[in-house]
Amino acid sequence: MQKYSIFSLIKNALAYHEGWEKVWRSPEPKSEYDVVIIGGGGHGLATAFYLAKEHGITNVAVIEKGWLGGGNTGRNTTIIRSNYLWDESAAMYEKSLQLYEGLSQELNFNIMLSQRGVLNLAHNLSDLREIERRVSANRLNGIDSEILNTQEIKEFVPIINDSPNSRYPVLGGSLQRRAGTARHDAVAWGFARGADTRGVDIIQQCEVTGIRQSRGKVTGVETTKGLIKAKKVGVVVAGHSSMLADMAGFRLPVNSYPLQALVSEPVKPVLDTVVMSNTVHVYVSQSDKGEMVLGAGIDGAHGYTQRGSLHVIEGQLGALCELFPIFSRLRMMRQWGGIVDTCPDASPIVGKTPIGGLFINCGWGTGGFKGTPGSGWAFAHTLATGEPHELNAPFNLDRFTTGALIDEHGAAAVAH
Amino acid sequence: MSQVNRLSSGGRIDRDTSLEFTFNGRRMVGHVGDTVASALLANGVRIVGRSFKYHRPRGIVAAGSEEPNALLQLGTGGRTLPNQQATRVELFDGLVADSVNCWPGPDFDLMSGIGLFHRLTPAGFYYKTFMWPASFWKYYEHVIRRAAGLGRAPTEPDPDHYDRMNTHCDVLVVGAGPAGLSAALAAARAGARVILVDDQAEHGGSLLSTRRDINSGQALDWVAAASEEIAASNAVTVLRRTTAFGYYDHNFVGLFEQRSQILSDGGDVSRQRIWRVRAKHVITATGSFERPLIFADNDRPGVMLAGGVRAYVNRYGVTPGRKICVFTNNDDAYRTALDLHDAGVAVPAIIDVRDDPIRDLPTEAMERGIDIIDASAVTGVNGARGVKSIEVMQLNAAGDGVTGQARTIECDVVCSSGGWNPAIHLHSHSGGKAVFDTERGIFVPGAAVQPSHSAGAAAGIFDLAGCLRDGTSTGKAAAANAGFKNASRRKVPDTDTEDEGPMRLLWSVPTTAPIGRRGKHFLDQAHDVTAADVQMAAREGYTSIEHAKRYTTLGMAPDQGKTGNIPGMAILGQALGVDNVGDVGTTTFRPPFTPVTLGALAGRDIGPLMDPVRMTPIHHWHELAGCKWEDVGQWKRPWYYPKSGETMQGAVNRECLVVRNAVGIMDASTLGKIDIQGPDAAEFLNRIYTNAWLKLKPGSCRYGLMLGEDGMIMDDGVTTRLADDHFLMTTTTGNAASVLEWLEEWLQTEWPELKVFCTSVSEHWANVTICGPRARNLLAEFTDDIALDSKSFPFMSYREGTVGGVSARVYRISFTGELSYEINVPASYALNIWTALMNAGEKYGITPYGTETMHVLRAEKGYIIAGQETDGTTTPDDLGMDWIVSKNKDFIGRRSLSRDDNMRNDRKQLVGLLPTDPDKVIPEGNQITETRLEIPPRGTRIAMIGHVTSSYYSANLGRSFALALIKDGRGRMGDQVYMPTPNGIIAAEITGPIFIDLDGERQDG
Repeated sequence: MQKYSIFSLIKNALAYHEGWEKVWRSPEPKSEYDVVIIGGGGHGLATAFYLAKEHGITNVAVIEKGWLGGGNTGRNTTIIRSNYLWDESAAMYEKSLQLYEGLSQELNFNIMLSQRGVLNLAHNLSDLREIERRVSANRLNGIDSEILNTQEIKEFVPIINDSPNSRYPVLGGSLQRRAGTARHDAVAWGFARGADTRGVDIIQQCEVTGIRQSRGKVTGVETTKGLIKAKKVGVVVAGHSSMLADMAGFRLPVNSYPLQALVSEPVKPVLDTVVMSNTVHVYVSQSDKGEMVLGAGIDGAHGYTQRGSLHVIEGQLGALCELFPIFSRLRMMRQWGGIVDTCPDASPIVGKTPIGGLFINCGWGTGGFKGTPGSGWAFAHTLATGEPHELNAPFNLDRFTTGALIDEHGAAAVAH
Repeated sequence: MSQVNRLSSGGRIDRDTSLEFTFNGRRMVGHVGDTVASALLANGVRIVGRSFKYHRPRGIVAAGSEEPNALLQLGTGGRTLPNQQATRVELFDGLVADSVNCWPGPDFDLMSGIGLFHRLTPAGFYYKTFMWPASFWKYYEHVIRRAAGLGRAPTEPDPDHYDRMNTHCDVLVVGAGPAGLSAALAAARAGARVILVDDQAEHGGSLLSTRRDINSGQALDWVAAASEEIAASNAVTVLRRTTAFGYYDHNFVGLFEQRSQILSDGGDVSRQRIWRVRAKHVITATGSFERPLIFADNDRPGVMLAGGVRAYVNRYGVTPGRKICVFTNNDDAYRTALDLHDAGVAVPAIIDVRDDPIRDLPTEAMERGIDIIDASAVTGVNGARGVKSIEVMQLNAAGDGVTGQARTIECDVVCSSGGWNPAIHLHSHSGGKAVFDTERGIFVPGAAVQPSHSAGAAAGIFDLAGCLRDGTSTGKAAAANAGFKNASRRKVPDTDTEDEGPMRLLWSVPTTAPIGRRGKHFLDQAHDVTAADVQMAAREGYTSIEHAKRYTTLGMAPDQGKTGNIPGMAILGQALGVDNVGDVGTTTFRPPFTPVTLGALAGRDIGPLMDPVRMTPIHHWHELAGCKWEDVGQWKRPWYYPKSGETMQGAVNRECLVVRNAVGIMDASTLGKIDIQGPDAAEFLNRIYTNAWLKLKPGSCRYGLMLGEDGMIMDDGVTTRLADDHFLMTTTTGNAASVLEWLEEWLQTEWPELKVFCTSVSEHWANVTICGPRARNLLAEFTDDIALDSKSFPFMSYREGTVGGVSARVYRISFTGELSYEINVPASYALNIWTALMNAGEKYGITPYGTETMHVLRAEKGYIIAGQETDGTTTPDDLGMDWIVSKNKDFIGRRSLSRDDNMRNDRKQLVGLLPTDPDKVIPEGNQITETRLEIPPRGTRIAMIGHVTSSYYSANLGRSFALALIKDGRGRMGDQVYMPTPNGIIAAEITGPIFIDLDGERQDG
């Protein structure tokens, strides 16, 4: 792998940047792999990377129907945090955050992890209670988390509307300073480059059309580029998980909804952290380019179209202008949608399926990006050993039968 | 500075009305009818700003929404606007405009030093560096953030207001150029309700910027007549200065109207308005965008689009320069040369990449003596701060190299045209595909996927006669589609015709060195993306157009790549060896077409209207009593009523003592109330609630828990049987709407056979609750037709009667454990009853109490609050409430209760806590540990066994207490547990959850 550094940049600059190697190959699929991963998004690519790196399994194909990183990985609002309520979620997301913290160096690809903090606002007494509970849990789980009162929030985010007379005044909030954002495309590209370098075949523009099985075990996948055999197949196709499960002949408790996001025009820095409010349904950060990156709740109707309804955005902007009155005159520059798979308990499914050798990683809802490295790390373990790691063991599909749910609705609500 | 570049005549400006403005502090003058851009050009301004990344000097390129460079900061203070395209802002008197992203100014910019390192900063350079040392990224990032961004956000709240309109129409026509006007006319003549939208102040579209004839007269005379006829039609709404910004599902189109002058105080007029239009049929007559030719150093101030120059000359009476060369691959750009020549501007040469162009327009140019240099290309631009001359060389047959001697031509502007491409943005928003027409080298709209048509140039029809014809037939078809089939038979207007030759596709213009080695070929001037960047992306394997776009940031600036995207795609295709640009794929155009103000999208849903405040009929009394408010859902509820000088704890202590010892009064009107009627009402409740309802007698009340399908508690409340087929359900204040939705979902989708009707009556009935040992004495003064003794009116029953002369429903239920009457009266009588009770209760020391006191009192009795003691993971048994779960019938959530995990006996169970220090109140929400441990250092975990759900100081107990959910809590009675907080560890003993009146003796008074 060609190493990226300021020195390689200087060297290549002298050669008019004509000497850069390809970030990844574009191989034709082999007839058989040890592991096939369906879905070349962040989670799938991370899985491939950690399979190769942690488990030495490199005879791996990642099959992507479109272009890698083109689903939710390239459509989210790039927020990373680990201040989750329940032990199981906190462990998974904290692992993810820790992997993120060394990821630029590990991948030799600057993913621009920007630990500017994530502030979750409380607007009523119930919010304050929930925040106290979550922060207390975070602390005992060894995760940095603190409570800010209104005045401290105003000092931290000077442009916030702290008026006690606003419709839903800011009564306090929780802050995780290690949280923040990262460049989403870079995460996908960095994992892809790292996996490719270690021998993983990333096959883009290749759609899976069927899951081959024999005696309850997976034997391969049928694709638009022909049959690819594998005894282990991982399905990592956020947005279309229920469709792939249907193809394989089992059902998932997953509902798919559009989730919209938008960016404003770029302006000079005014917001130096991520601000989220579940009660008024909006979250916002300012990108390094200067745009306000905005998100809100999911659309009300199911869909696969990667586009949503205007009124959902209108609602979130009302909340935004109330929280940040100076943003009212800024303009929306671009809006888009992704499709999120949501589970009844707002937690993901990472583990086995009823079909032998077929594993699934889905249901991350609106929280997938922050989980990317941890999810890939744990799923790689699961694919390599055939058994879940203790990190993802609680996130099994069986929990919808046993009732051992990990209900993150209360603390995570809309903005996951 | 005077208007050195103002032509002596022509243009659609009002030369008699001058407007003064400043640009970077310099005073200038323009006219009504000018845009800021045309006024700047008239005043001889060349450099309007610096570029995003390299801080290169930049000038105005275009005359419309495709302008990449001329982004200005307008105004100051609360009304300031960043990043406004000078080409789209109408000039007004007193305008203050400044360049963005440069310091101290665009002519001399200290940041331009960054440009020296341009070799090191190609596309995506930041992915490859700034990684060492790891901890330094935050410092690198700080610098990057400061350097990025364009204009400045306002520093004060927005003083203006915005609004929204909803409307329907038969035919929505977007664009009032020749095709759009023709379409609107045809549809209106057929009788359809038409909305005609155009982003300009006047109709005409491209005709405003050209000299063409229609019906043997000036085209603009035809425009005026058409416009007048349309406006006179009753069924037509004409919206000017309005942009169709997004085309959503089900023929829903968002329009963005500029209503008041851009920075002024609009007074009563909203500044901008969003129209949400649902149309039966949509016609997108949005015209086309000119593609620039991509040549070396094509970003120098003075390099413009040919169509833009034509607009400045014809529409604004301005010439951007004195000597203007035209560089083209098509005939249309010759019109610019002709118009310039006829306006008296020198045109030293037309450089045409084609060999021997001979059709009508080149011939006209030759007749005027303009030098046409054919089969040649501009290979370089001299003059870093503005064009001084250009280099021209012979182009080889393949178009990938140049030969011969360079010829230097002096000029101060060079305008280019790479042909026109339909503006297919709205078609793309609607879900339609773009199709590459290989013959003509343009992307045209593919099949419509919603009821819509593209018309005129937006459909790839560029000749004027064709636009008029296509507009007319499209307008008729759209009207017919909407049910108006009586189309007018009037003739389509005639127009002058000019025979135009085909263009020669030339995506990047070669120079004497390979691209990237001599000069920069800019694709996206707004983001400083060059052809070399795209080639580099392709080389590195970012071969999908989406990868290339994201890697280079092509087309992601405020102009959203209206000029650069298509050449960029083509150059990517060339780099990949793909012949057909269509095979490269297009990126999806996403809304909005042009940026839309966030405040306008929010409309009036801000401030108090962001979410309507709900107030009880007694609200103002509480306010006068000086209560503190708590937001509960949308409601304002009195939290507590401090007397002067009283702390919150003091007030709550006082209120609590009065309720337990005398009588308190509470406004409980916010409780959700759902009126449930029908022969199957009892059966319905039997399925919804965990306990039995069939045998409840009319006049009786029963407490119920409802579960989700997962067996977890959703909500609780008391429901009363008013008659055999009539119940009144109460819900928690915050859940009223979601419970009603839940009921309706089951009724409508699962049990349609049940004859039950649910109606929200939360706001119809006010609830005045009097509570305490003296409550009966107090109520007795107000009613003579309800017997109040415990035998006649027992606990958990209800009576109808007269209270204070008002017919009332009185419920004997209690959320405090005290004798309590919930007096329900029609909302409009509530304040009267409340005041009368307050007056009469004075002798007992009556006090109003708020939610905080209510919470303390109910917690003393171990009563739960859904959402506080429950969190979506709590079963009835967890709360020790298995007594309310029927074993003999089915109900929602029943099956889930028998799932393995819900049968575990170490689940978190509701218990009481008594802190060792009776003055210490544990923070609500605090986690609980089994052993005494401080908060661990980061990265170390300690096990939690539960959390505190409610925690108060109780005046009645004279100490603090709490409720908590603790693993196997009922098996740990008497155990010590610990609450680690940042201020130390609080210890407490586990007790039962009832702290007062264990046997329930107080409820009868």
